[in-house]
Amino acid sequence: MGGEYVDERDARFINDRVHANIQKDATFSVIPQIPGGVTSVAQLRRIADVAEKYNVPLVKLTGGQRIDLVGIPREELPQVWRDLDMPSGFAYAKRYRTCKSCIGTDYCRYGLGDSMGLATVIEARFQGLETPGKLKLATAGCPRNCSEAMVKDLGAVAVEGGKWEVYVGGAAGAHVRKGDLLCTVDTHEQVLLIAGRFIQYYRENAKYLERTYGFVERMGVEKVRAVVVNDSEGIAERLDQALQSSVDAYRDPWLEAVTPATPNQFASHLPIVQ
Amino acid sequence: MQVTLGPLSAIPEGEGRTFAVAGQRLAVFRGRDGAVFATQAECPHRQGPLADGLLGNGTLICPLHSLKFDLKTGKALNGDCSLQTYPLEVSAAGQLLVELA
Repeated sequence: MGGEYVDERDARFINDRVHANIQKDATFSVIPQIPGGVTSVAQLRRIADVAEKYNVPLVKLTGGQRIDLVGIPREELPQVWRDLDMPSGFAYAKRYRTCKSCIGTDYCRYGLGDSMGLATVIEARFQGLETPGKLKLATAGCPRNCSEAMVKDLGAVAVEGGKWEVYVGGAAGAHVRKGDLLCTVDTHEQVLLIAGRFIQYYRENAKYLERTYGFVERMGVEKVRAVVVNDSEGIAERLDQALQSSVDAYRDPWLEAVTPATPNQFASHLPIVQ
Repeated sequence: MQVTLGPLSAIPEGEGRTFAVAGQRLAVFRGRDGAVFATQAECPHRQGPLADGLLGNGTLICPLHSLKFDLKTGKALNGDCSLQTYPLEVSAAGQLLVELA
């Protein structure tokens, strides 16, 4: 939990050694954090400036409502991160990845709950969390579900009465599965609490690479609900504390642009020293 | 022809690095058990950068499509291709010495 383990960097997949996603030509993709898919003119301008400066071959909007700079040579990763001056979006790891959101209550005439605000606090809390498989989240401001929250590892959907439905175990990739309704709660804080407890329970009980759709099916949603919502095993407080210690241990890995973690971490090849 | 690649410390324990030598590229690995290996740099399957693979017990997994190789023999363990390997040793001064054809 938290920082209480020895991190053997060589045991990590290459993506997690250089904090970027390896492509077929051994270049990498760079996806900065854009919580809830909400950006700004200044941020877009900075991303555009970086794309221009480094002649980035492909600029692509991702399925997770972010911007992908594709085809970055490994040597340029540290400088690209520094110029972006944005934290990692973790779009390369078995970790919490992203939380999509719809417009929610700010402008949408159907919005029942503040999905953008919820996605933003979800990202701030769970960013960088290591998990058995990747975790993709979404928040939807109403059951029309524009952000596809019902087919996410964890989704929150606003419903009438100012409540939020929390879904777990959804998927819409190689495997398609509608998430199971875990519970209905009243506030953003309660969504964060239940989501965090579910994530920690998943971290402790899933098999390596087991996505939540497999985990929830294997355990049974009734069992998951009993433990996470009703505290049937009396471990809720411990799960909450364990998650909090991991949250507290968050560090943006792109800071390794300034202090590399291993010798020649970002070298594509080494010169011969005769 | 024996070539000095540089200090062993250029490669973190358990990882690999790519070296450019006399017009060719080599992947050089440093096992946690102290064993060192040199092979061709790119996977014969789809040119994956082998030095970025996962290394354990003299076996390497290519990062692109998970082909597995025995680094001592160069033989693929889950395919029918193989790697060119090069004799590699660490000198008393801690330098990597590779024997190129």
